Amino acid sequence: MTTTDPTLAETDPSGDDPDVRRGTGTRGTRIVGIATIVAMGWLVAFGLGFSPEDRDQRESVRLLYVHVPTIWIAYLAFAVTAVASAMYFFGKKKSLGWDRLAGASAEIGTAFVAVTLVIGAMWGRLTWGVFWQWDARLTTTALLFVTYIGYLAVRRLGGTHEQRARRSAVIGMLAVLEIPLVHWSVRLWRSLHQEATVLGTDGDVSIRGLMLFSLFVGVIAFSLLYVWLVMHRTRVMAMEDLLDERGLDDALAARRSEAAENQAANNEKGTR
Amino acid sequence: MEDAGFIIGGYVLTFVTVTFMAWRVLRAGKRLGKQVPDADKYWV
Repeated sequence: MTTTDPTLAETDPSGDDPDVRRGTGTRGTRIVGIATIVAMGWLVAFGLGFSPEDRDQRESVRLLYVHVPTIWIAYLAFAVTAVASAMYFFGKKKSLGWDRLAGASAEIGTAFVAVTLVIGAMWGRLTWGVFWQWDARLTTTALLFVTYIGYLAVRRLGGTHEQRARRSAVIGMLAVLEIPLVHWSVRLWRSLHQEATVLGTDGDVSIRGLMLFSLFVGVIAFSLLYVWLVMHRTRVMAMEDLLDERGLDDALAARRSEAAENQAANNEKGTR
Repeated sequence: MEDAGFIIGGYVLTFVTVTFMAWRVLRAGKRLGKQVPDADKYWV
Protein backbone atom coordinates (compact mmCIF):
# COMPACT_ATOMS: atom_id res chain seq x y z
CA MET A 1 0.00 0.00 0.00
CA THR A 2 1.33 3.43 -0.76
CA THR A 3 0.33 6.51 1.16
CA THR A 4 -0.46 9.97 -0.14
CA ASP A 5 0.17 11.52 3.25
CA PRO A 6 3.64 13.18 3.14
CA THR A 7 3.86 13.12 6.95
CA LEU A 8 3.93 9.35 6.83
CA ALA A 9 6.17 9.13 3.81
CA GLU A 10 9.24 10.45 5.63
CA THR A 11 9.67 7.63 8.13
CA ASP A 12 7.32 4.97 6.91
CA PRO A 13 6.93 4.78 3.15
CA SER A 14 4.36 2.01 3.44
CA GLY A 15 2.25 3.92 5.98
CA ASP A 16 0.90 0.69 7.54
CA ASP A 17 3.38 0.19 10.37
CA PRO A 18 1.54 0.93 13.66
CA ASP A 19 4.83 1.26 15.57
CA VAL A 20 6.27 3.93 13.31
CA ARG A 21 7.75 6.82 15.29
CA ARG A 22 7.75 10.09 13.45
CA GLY A 23 9.95 13.14 13.85
CA THR A 24 8.75 16.73 14.10
CA GLY A 25 7.70 17.13 10.46
CA THR A 26 4.04 17.52 9.47
CA ARG A 27 2.22 18.74 6.39
CA GLY A 28 2.19 22.25 7.91
CA THR A 29 5.94 22.37 8.51
CA ARG A 30 6.60 21.11 4.99
CA ILE A 31 4.43 23.82 3.45
CA VAL A 32 6.15 26.52 5.54
CA GLY A 33 9.56 24.94 4.78
CA ILE A 34 9.01 25.01 1.02
CA ALA A 35 7.71 28.60 1.22
CA THR A 36 10.84 29.55 3.18
CA ILE A 37 13.16 28.05 0.55
CA VAL A 38 11.29 29.86 -2.22
CA ALA A 39 11.38 33.18 -0.30
CA MET A 40 15.11 32.76 0.40
CA GLY A 41 15.68 32.19 -3.33
CA TRP A 42 13.81 35.44 -4.03
CA LEU A 43 15.91 37.22 -1.41
CA VAL A 44 19.11 36.14 -3.16
CA ALA A 45 17.70 37.12 -6.58
CA PHE A 46 16.51 40.56 -5.47
CA GLY A 47 19.18 41.23 -2.85
CA LEU A 48 22.15 40.33 -5.03
CA GLY A 49 20.67 40.82 -8.49
CA PHE A 50 17.65 42.97 -9.25
CA SER A 51 17.99 45.63 -6.54
CA PRO A 52 19.96 48.68 -7.71
CA GLU A 53 22.94 50.06 -5.79
CA ASP A 54 22.33 52.91 -3.37
CA ARG A 55 23.47 56.45 -4.17
CA ASP A 56 25.43 56.79 -0.89
CA GLN A 57 26.06 53.24 0.32
CA ARG A 58 26.59 51.81 -3.17
CA GLU A 59 26.70 47.98 -3.27
CA SER A 60 26.91 47.57 0.51
CA VAL A 61 23.16 48.28 0.70
CA ARG A 62 22.67 44.64 -0.39
CA LEU A 63 23.80 43.49 3.06
CA LEU A 64 20.93 45.46 4.62
CA TYR A 65 18.36 43.12 3.05
CA VAL A 66 19.65 40.51 5.53
CA HIS A 67 20.78 42.79 8.38
CA VAL A 68 17.48 44.66 8.84
CA PRO A 69 15.01 41.71 8.54
CA THR A 70 17.04 39.54 10.94
CA ILE A 71 16.95 42.18 13.70
CA TRP A 72 13.24 42.90 13.12
CA ILE A 73 12.40 39.19 13.38
CA ALA A 74 14.65 38.95 16.44
CA TYR A 75 12.58 41.75 18.05
CA LEU A 76 9.45 39.81 17.15
CA ALA A 77 10.94 36.58 18.54
CA PHE A 78 11.79 38.26 21.86
CA ALA A 79 8.32 39.80 22.02
CA VAL A 80 6.85 36.30 21.53
CA THR A 81 9.14 35.07 24.33
CA ALA A 82 7.85 37.82 26.64
CA VAL A 83 4.18 37.17 25.82
CA ALA A 84 4.56 33.38 26.18
CA SER A 85 6.44 33.91 29.46
CA ALA A 86 3.60 36.12 30.74
CA MET A 87 1.03 33.52 29.64
CA TYR A 88 2.89 30.90 31.68
CA PHE A 89 3.60 33.11 34.67
CA PHE A 90 0.17 34.71 35.05
CA GLY A 91 -1.93 31.96 33.44
CA LYS A 92 -4.04 29.68 35.63
CA LYS A 93 -3.17 26.48 33.77
CA LYS A 94 0.63 26.94 33.94
CA SER A 95 1.02 25.06 30.68
CA LEU A 96 4.63 24.17 29.89
CA GLY A 97 3.75 24.66 26.21
CA TRP A 98 4.03 28.44 26.79
CA ASP A 99 7.44 27.95 28.38
CA ARG A 100 8.66 25.88 25.44
CA LEU A 101 7.38 28.48 22.98
CA ALA A 102 9.23 31.17 24.95
CA GLY A 103 12.46 29.15 24.95
CA ALA A 104 12.30 28.20 21.26
CA SER A 105 11.54 31.77 20.22
CA ALA A 106 14.42 33.15 22.32
CA GLU A 107 16.89 30.64 20.82
CA ILE A 108 15.96 31.64 17.28
CA GLY A 109 15.91 35.35 18.13
CA THR A 110 19.40 35.09 19.63
CA ALA A 111 20.72 33.36 16.50
CA PHE A 112 19.14 36.11 14.36
CA VAL A 113 20.79 38.82 16.50
CA ALA A 114 24.14 37.05 15.97
CA VAL A 115 23.54 37.20 12.19
CA THR A 116 22.58 40.90 12.50
CA LEU A 117 25.80 41.67 14.39
CA VAL A 118 28.06 39.83 11.94
CA ILE A 119 26.39 41.22 8.80
CA GLY A 120 26.29 44.66 10.42
CA ALA A 121 30.03 44.46 11.09
CA MET A 122 30.65 43.62 7.41
CA TRP A 123 28.40 46.49 6.33
CA GLY A 124 30.25 48.79 8.77
CA ARG A 125 33.60 47.79 7.30
CA LEU A 126 32.39 48.77 3.81
CA THR A 127 30.55 51.96 4.85
CA TRP A 128 32.46 53.30 7.87
CA GLY A 129 35.81 51.59 7.29
CA VAL A 130 35.69 49.66 10.58
CA PHE A 131 34.05 46.43 11.70
CA TRP A 132 33.06 47.70 15.12
CA GLN A 133 32.54 50.97 16.98
CA TRP A 134 31.39 51.33 20.58
CA ASP A 135 28.43 53.23 19.23
CA ALA A 136 25.08 53.35 21.10
CA ARG A 137 23.17 51.14 18.62
CA LEU A 138 25.94 48.56 18.26
CA THR A 139 26.61 48.40 21.99
CA THR A 140 22.94 48.06 22.98
CA THR A 141 22.46 45.35 20.32
CA ALA A 142 25.47 43.46 21.70
CA LEU A 143 23.98 43.86 25.18
CA LEU A 144 20.66 42.45 23.92
CA PHE A 145 22.53 39.45 22.51
CA VAL A 146 24.37 38.82 25.79
CA THR A 147 21.11 39.18 27.77
CA TYR A 148 19.41 36.45 25.75
CA ILE A 149 22.49 34.23 25.96
CA GLY A 150 22.01 34.63 29.72
CA TYR A 151 18.31 33.78 29.38
CA LEU A 152 19.20 30.57 27.49
CA ALA A 153 21.84 29.71 30.10
CA VAL A 154 19.26 30.12 32.90
CA ARG A 155 16.94 27.73 31.06
CA ARG A 156 19.67 25.09 31.30
CA LEU A 157 20.09 25.34 35.08
CA GLY A 158 18.94 22.30 37.04
CA GLY A 159 15.55 21.76 38.68
CA THR A 160 12.11 20.69 37.58
CA HIS A 161 10.47 21.88 34.37
CA GLU A 162 8.18 24.11 36.45
CA GLN A 163 11.18 25.73 38.17
CA ARG A 164 12.81 26.29 34.78
CA ALA A 165 9.62 27.79 33.41
CA ARG A 166 9.07 30.10 36.39
CA ARG A 167 12.55 31.59 36.58
CA SER A 168 12.99 31.94 32.80
CA ALA A 169 9.52 33.55 32.51
CA VAL A 170 10.66 36.36 34.84
CA ILE A 171 13.78 36.99 32.75
CA GLY A 172 11.83 36.68 29.48
CA MET A 173 9.40 39.40 30.60
CA LEU A 174 12.19 41.73 31.80
CA ALA A 175 14.67 41.23 28.93
CA VAL A 176 12.17 42.42 26.31
CA LEU A 177 12.36 45.91 27.85
CA GLU A 178 15.78 46.26 26.20
CA ILE A 179 14.25 46.34 22.71
CA PRO A 180 12.94 49.93 22.85
CA LEU A 181 16.35 50.96 24.18
CA VAL A 182 18.08 49.30 21.21
CA HIS A 183 15.63 50.70 18.68
CA TRP A 184 15.65 54.29 19.99
CA SER A 185 19.34 54.34 20.90
CA VAL A 186 20.10 56.19 17.65
CA ARG A 187 17.84 59.01 18.85
CA LEU A 188 18.67 58.91 22.55
CA TRP A 189 22.42 59.22 22.02
CA ARG A 190 24.61 60.68 19.28
CA SER A 191 25.17 57.68 17.07
CA LEU A 192 27.24 56.74 14.05
CA HIS A 193 24.49 54.31 13.06
CA GLN A 194 21.87 55.72 10.70
CA GLU A 195 18.35 56.38 11.99
CA ALA A 196 15.43 54.11 11.17
CA THR A 197 14.71 53.96 7.43
CA VAL A 198 11.28 52.33 7.74
CA LEU A 199 10.21 52.20 11.41
CA GLY A 200 10.86 55.88 12.20
CA THR A 201 8.73 58.04 14.53
CA ASP A 202 7.63 60.35 11.71
CA GLY A 203 6.13 57.43 9.71
CA ASP A 204 8.13 58.41 6.64
CA VAL A 205 9.65 55.51 4.65
CA SER A 206 12.89 56.74 3.11
CA ILE A 207 13.42 53.72 0.85
CA ARG A 208 11.49 53.06 -2.35
CA GLY A 209 11.05 50.89 -5.42
CA LEU A 210 13.06 47.69 -5.80
CA MET A 211 15.08 48.45 -2.67
CA LEU A 212 11.92 48.54 -0.52
CA PHE A 213 10.63 45.40 -2.27
CA SER A 214 13.93 43.55 -1.63
CA LEU A 215 13.72 44.51 2.04
CA PHE A 216 10.12 43.26 2.10
CA VAL A 217 11.22 39.94 0.54
CA GLY A 218 13.88 39.63 3.25
CA VAL A 219 11.28 40.23 5.98
CA ILE A 220 8.96 37.57 4.49
CA ALA A 221 11.81 35.05 4.10
CA PHE A 222 13.09 35.41 7.65
CA SER A 223 9.53 35.47 9.09
CA LEU A 224 8.79 32.14 7.40
CA LEU A 225 12.10 30.72 8.60
CA TYR A 226 11.28 31.84 12.14
CA VAL A 227 7.85 30.15 12.04
CA TRP A 228 9.34 26.93 10.63
CA LEU A 229 12.10 26.81 13.24
CA VAL A 230 9.70 27.57 16.12
CA MET A 231 7.35 24.77 15.05
CA HIS A 232 10.16 22.20 14.96
CA ARG A 233 12.00 23.45 18.04
CA THR A 234 8.91 23.48 20.31
CA ARG A 235 8.18 19.88 19.27
CA VAL A 236 11.78 18.84 19.98
CA MET A 237 11.54 20.52 23.40
CA ALA A 238 8.25 18.70 24.14
CA MET A 239 9.96 15.36 23.44
CA GLU A 240 13.02 16.34 25.52
CA ASP A 241 10.77 17.21 28.47
CA LEU A 242 8.81 13.97 28.11
CA LEU A 243 11.98 11.86 28.02
CA ASP A 244 13.32 13.79 31.02
CA GLU A 245 10.18 12.99 33.00
CA ARG A 246 10.30 9.33 31.95
CA GLY A 247 13.97 9.14 32.92
CA LEU A 248 13.16 10.58 36.34
CA ASP A 249 10.18 8.23 36.77
CA ASP A 250 12.33 5.23 35.81
CA ALA A 251 15.09 6.29 38.22
CA LEU A 252 12.56 6.73 41.05
CA ALA A 253 10.98 3.33 40.30
CA ALA A 254 14.42 1.67 40.32
CA ARG A 255 15.30 3.39 43.62
CA ARG A 256 11.99 2.31 45.22
CA SER A 257 12.42 -1.26 44.06
CA GLU A 258 15.99 -1.28 45.41
CA ALA A 259 14.76 0.08 48.76
CA ALA A 260 11.99 -2.54 48.90
CA GLU A 261 14.50 -5.34 48.23
CA ASN A 262 16.81 -4.05 50.98
CA GLN A 263 13.87 -3.84 53.39
CA ALA A 264 12.85 -7.41 52.58
CA ALA A 265 16.41 -8.63 53.09
CA ASN A 266 16.63 -6.84 56.46
CA ASN A 267 13.29 -8.32 57.57
CA GLU A 268 14.52 -11.78 56.60
CA LYS A 269 17.69 -11.31 58.68
CA GLY A 270 15.56 -10.08 61.61
CA THR A 271 13.32 -13.19 61.59
CA ARG A 272 16.38 -15.48 61.70
CA MET B 1 29.99 44.31 -8.22
CA GLU B 2 32.18 46.31 -5.84
CA ASP B 3 33.16 44.57 -2.61
CA ALA B 4 31.67 41.31 -3.88
CA GLY B 5 33.70 39.30 -1.35
CA PHE B 6 32.06 41.00 1.62
CA ILE B 7 28.56 41.04 0.16
CA ILE B 8 28.46 37.48 -1.18
CA GLY B 9 30.39 36.32 1.88
CA GLY B 10 27.71 37.90 4.11
CA TYR B 11 24.92 36.07 2.29
CA VAL B 12 26.86 32.78 2.34
CA LEU B 13 27.54 33.13 6.06
CA THR B 14 23.85 33.81 6.73
CA PHE B 15 22.66 30.83 4.70
CA VAL B 16 25.26 28.51 6.24
CA THR B 17 24.07 29.60 9.71
CA VAL B 18 20.35 29.11 9.03
CA THR B 19 20.97 25.81 7.22
CA PHE B 20 22.95 24.57 10.22
CA MET B 21 20.12 25.59 12.58
CA ALA B 22 17.57 23.83 10.38
CA TRP B 23 19.69 20.67 10.10
CA ARG B 24 20.29 20.60 13.86
CA VAL B 25 16.60 20.87 14.77
CA LEU B 26 15.57 18.27 12.17
CA ARG B 27 18.24 15.84 13.35
CA ALA B 28 17.15 16.28 16.99
CA GLY B 29 13.51 15.76 15.96
CA LYS B 30 14.36 12.58 14.11
CA ARG B 31 16.51 11.20 16.95
CA LEU B 32 14.01 11.96 19.73
CA GLY B 33 11.06 10.97 17.54
CA LYS B 34 12.36 7.37 17.58
CA GLN B 35 12.29 7.30 21.40
CA VAL B 36 8.82 8.79 21.88
CA PRO B 37 5.67 6.94 20.78
CA ASP B 38 3.44 8.80 18.33
CA ALA B 39 0.62 8.79 20.89
CA ASP B 40 2.64 11.24 23.01
CA LYS B 41 3.24 13.67 20.14
CA TYR B 42 0.57 16.38 20.08
CA TRP B 43 1.35 17.22 16.44
CA VAL B 44 0.75 13.71 15.07
